[in-house]
Amino acid sequence: MSSNDSIGKTLVVAFALCIVCSVVVSAAAVLLKPVQEVNKTLDRKRNILAAAGMLVEGKSVDEQFADVQTRVVDLQTGKFADNAVDPDKYVQRKAAKDPDLSEALTAKEDLAKISRRERYSLVYLVQDAAGGIDKIILPIRGYGLWSTMYGFIALEPDANTIAGLGFYEHGETPGLGGEIDNPRWKAFWPGKEVYRDGDVQIGLIKGSVDPLAAGAAWEVDGLAGATLTSRGVTNLVHFWLGEDGFEPFLNNLRVGEA
Amino acid sequence: MESIKETLTGPIFKNNPIGLQILGICSALAVTSSMKVTLVMCVALTVVTAFSGMFISSIRNHIPGSIRIIVQMVVIASLVIVVDQFLKAYAFTISKQLSVFVGLIITNCIVMGRAEAFAMKNPPLASFMDGIGNGLGYSVVLIAVAFFREVFGSGKLMGYEVLPLATDGGWYIPNGLLLLPPSAFFLIGGFIWVLRSVRSEQVEAPEFKIAKHTAVGEGV
Repeated sequence: MSSNDSIGKTLVVAFALCIVCSVVVSAAAVLLKPVQEVNKTLDRKRNILAAAGMLVEGKSVDEQFADVQTRVVDLQTGKFADNAVDPDKYVQRKAAKDPDLSEALTAKEDLAKISRRERYSLVYLVQDAAGGIDKIILPIRGYGLWSTMYGFIALEPDANTIAGLGFYEHGETPGLGGEIDNPRWKAFWPGKEVYRDGDVQIGLIKGSVDPLAAGAAWEVDGLAGATLTSRGVTNLVHFWLGEDGFEPFLNNLRVGEA
Repeated sequence: MESIKETLTGPIFKNNPIGLQILGICSALAVTSSMKVTLVMCVALTVVTAFSGMFISSIRNHIPGSIRIIVQMVVIASLVIVVDQFLKAYAFTISKQLSVFVGLIITNCIVMGRAEAFAMKNPPLASFMDGIGNGLGYSVVLIAVAFFREVFGSGKLMGYEVLPLATDGGWYIPNGLLLLPPSAFFLIGGFIWVLRSVRSEQVEAPEFKIAKHTAVGEGV
C-alpha cells in the first residue's frame, strides 16, 4: 500500500485517470450533440408558437412551424437585414451582450431595464395560405421583480392588435408574479390594441378592466399581489413596441416598406 | 449475499442518507416542487452514486492517499457530465427545469460521502449496491416531499390536476409557501421526526443540556 503514495505512482494514477475521464466525457458530449441540437431548436420553436398562443398540443412542432418565416430586422432603421445577418445562425441573447452588436441604453431610454439593446433582432412572420402575413411574432424581454422575463408578443397584420403574449423564461415569485404563465391571464391579451394616436398605450392596470370604459382596448388586468412584475410587463411592452424597439419596423411593415 | 441485501436496503429507512446522515439537503430543497423533476433527479443521483461507488472501489487499491479526494471528484464529475449530456439529449424539458442542479450532483454530499466512507473500503459490487441503496434512500425522502409540495402547492401530481384550483374555477386555494424551497425544510424535518419516533435508536444523545433558568431572586 505504501508504494501508492510515491510521487511516481501518484502522477501515473492522476494522469491515467484524467485521460480516461476526459475520453468518456468528450465521447458522451460529441455523440449526443446532434440529438441535443434537435431538442434545442424544437424547444425554441415551441416557445415561439406557445407565446403567440398558436401551439396545438399533440401536433408536431415542426409541422406547426412550417408556416413561420424567421427574418432579421435592423432595429435602428426598422428594415429587414437578412443580408447582414444569417437568421439561422444569429443568437440574439449573445448579441445583446456583445459590444460590437449592441449599444448601451441611457436610463431614460431603458424602460425595460435591459441596459443594452442589440442592433439586430429576429422576428417571426406567420404566413397565411395566400402568402401574406398572418401574424407578426416579436421577441421581448425586460426586468420584473427578480429576474429578466423573456417572451414573445404576437401581433395581427395591422401591427396594432395583439394576438397573444407569453413568457418562456422568468424567475418571478410562483403564485404571484409567476402568474404571467397563467393561461387565464394570458387570455386577456388577444384583441387588445397597442397604439393610441401613435403612442404605445397598452399596459396593465390595477384590478380588473371595466370592458365598458373608454380605454378598455388598451388595458389588461394587473396581477394581484405582483405590482412590480405587472409594472415590468407594462414597461417591457412599452420599450419593445416603442421607438427604441420595433416601432420603426412596424411602421415600415404597415406601409409595406420593411 | 445477506450483507449485499443489507447494503442495498439498509439506507432506505435504517440508515437514510437524508434522515440519519443529514446529507444532500440542498438539492432536496431545490428540486422537489414538482414530482416529475424530482423523479428524474432521483434517478440521476442514484445512477451517479452507484457507478461512482463502483468505479472508485475498483481502483481503490491504486489511489494514492494524498490525492484520493481529487480522484473521487474527477470520477464523480465525469459521471455527472455524462448524465447531464444524456438528460439534455433525451429529457430536454426536464433537464431545463433541473438546470444547475444536475451539475450540482457533483457536490452532493451523498455521492462524496459514500465514495469516501464506503467505496474506498469495500469491493465494487458492494459499493455499487451501496450507491443504489443510498440513492433509493434519498429518493424516498424526495418523493415524499415532492408529493406534498406538488399536491398542496399547485394542486397537481405529475402535472395532472388533483385538487381543482380556485384560480381555475375549482375550490382549492393552493399554499404558496409549499412552492418555495424553505417549505421542504419543514417537510424534511417532519420526515425525520416521524422516522426517529418509529426507530427510536436513531435519536442522537443530546450533546449538551440546556441549563435551567435562574429563578427570580437568584440572580441578584
